[in-house]
Amino acid sequence: MCLAVPAKIVEIKGAQALVEVPGNRFSADVSLTPGVVVGDYVLVHAGFAIERYKESDALEILKVFEGMRDG
Amino acid sequence: MADKPSGDLTSDIDGIFNVLRSVARRPVTLMEVCGTHTMSIARSGMRSVLPEGLRLVSGPGCPVCVTPMGYVDTAIELAQRPEAILTTFGDMMRVPGSKMSLEAAKARGADVRVVYSPMKSLELAQAEPSRSVIFLGVGFETTAPGSAALVRYAAERNVKNLFVLSAHKLIPPALRVLASSPDLAVDGFILPGHVSVVLGLEPYEFLAEEFARPCVITGFEPHDILQAVAMLLKQISSGNAQVENQYSRIVHEDGNPAARAAIEEVMEPADTCWRGFGILPLSGLAIREKYSAFDAEKMFGVTIPPDEPRTGCRCGDVLRGLIRPMDCPLFGDPCTPANPIGACMVSSEGSCAASYRYEQQA
Repeated sequence: MCLAVPAKIVEIKGAQALVEVPGNRFSADVSLTPGVVVGDYVLVHAGFAIERYKESDALEILKVFEGMRDG
Repeated sequence: MADKPSGDLTSDIDGIFNVLRSVARRPVTLMEVCGTHTMSIARSGMRSVLPEGLRLVSGPGCPVCVTPMGYVDTAIELAQRPEAILTTFGDMMRVPGSKMSLEAAKARGADVRVVYSPMKSLELAQAEPSRSVIFLGVGFETTAPGSAALVRYAAERNVKNLFVLSAHKLIPPALRVLASSPDLAVDGFILPGHVSVVLGLEPYEFLAEEFARPCVITGFEPHDILQAVAMLLKQISSGNAQVENQYSRIVHEDGNPAARAAIEEVMEPADTCWRGFGILPLSGLAIREKYSAFDAEKMFGVTIPPDEPRTGCRCGDVLRGLIRPMDCPLFGDPCTPANPIGACMVSSEGSCAASYRYEQQA
């Protein structure tokens, strides 16, 4: 139930963002993570970003994503 | 701060064996209170390789499983209204009510729609102003901010045909009830990762301070959980009890204040019924008076009745960690994931369902 996925913000209009995981883009509400910008990695649960990743952790996620694409 | 997980299961397990040897020679029982942890533990087969004397038990960590039958009945009652559209997360569809599930009600013609995001309900309400869109607000602190934001948006946009039937539940009050129970044989808690993203560390401090129970917040990979187990064993062996955070890559000390503010703005703690436990004080979230125009219970004049316990079903004992799922007389016959009788068999994240699927031979 509390499943959540890390995703990259690729567009923001107001509180609605377009986020990306490898192979998929979907919309997510960012009103619960004030201050996020395009390029940030967020944790998305049930259509809402609920936390922003620190940059160093985002880089690790990126590596995992790349591994998924390559794998 | 904890060491980074090695990612190597063998060395994680070796580490646990080493720490366990240094713990007093008595059995240790740890409880996880998150359905996603339950699944990860069962699927990885980790129980079969843990040292003898170390037991992992599942607490009430699946919000779908603990949603009472009376809630499903009330949702189905609302769905009988000709103008109603029920929106729900997919996991709720098969949860048995006293007569039927939402899936069965849909098969009989009720307009029940599965949504991934609560916001879909708002779009639907705006697109179909002659219908009443009722969102089934189920979930812990991870999910409640989304329902609260939904209500806030509906108020801002003056949408009058959007309602929430709240069965949202709070983890710390349930942990308090568990920790206060005189027959609870749990030495430490593996705390939920994504609930803690919202809550941070402070709401769990009472477990360490008042009940002397070590706690570790952890992620969902098997090596995260194993590392949490090792951290708990270290606390137990040193006689400490504190709340540690193994999942600091996303759980911040103070959690997510904006998410908590959304809940606080729209909802307030209320007594609520947990399937398998009965009514627990201030363990749920009701919609505040200020937003009562969006409260399905108030606007349609319905009340969610508390559940009567089911004969023979020992979900309550499973959720307290007193017995293993397979020790329940109903486990496997007649209670199965296809025909769930008790709460823990309902969702794939329930302790009995996970055990049935992955651990029957254990």
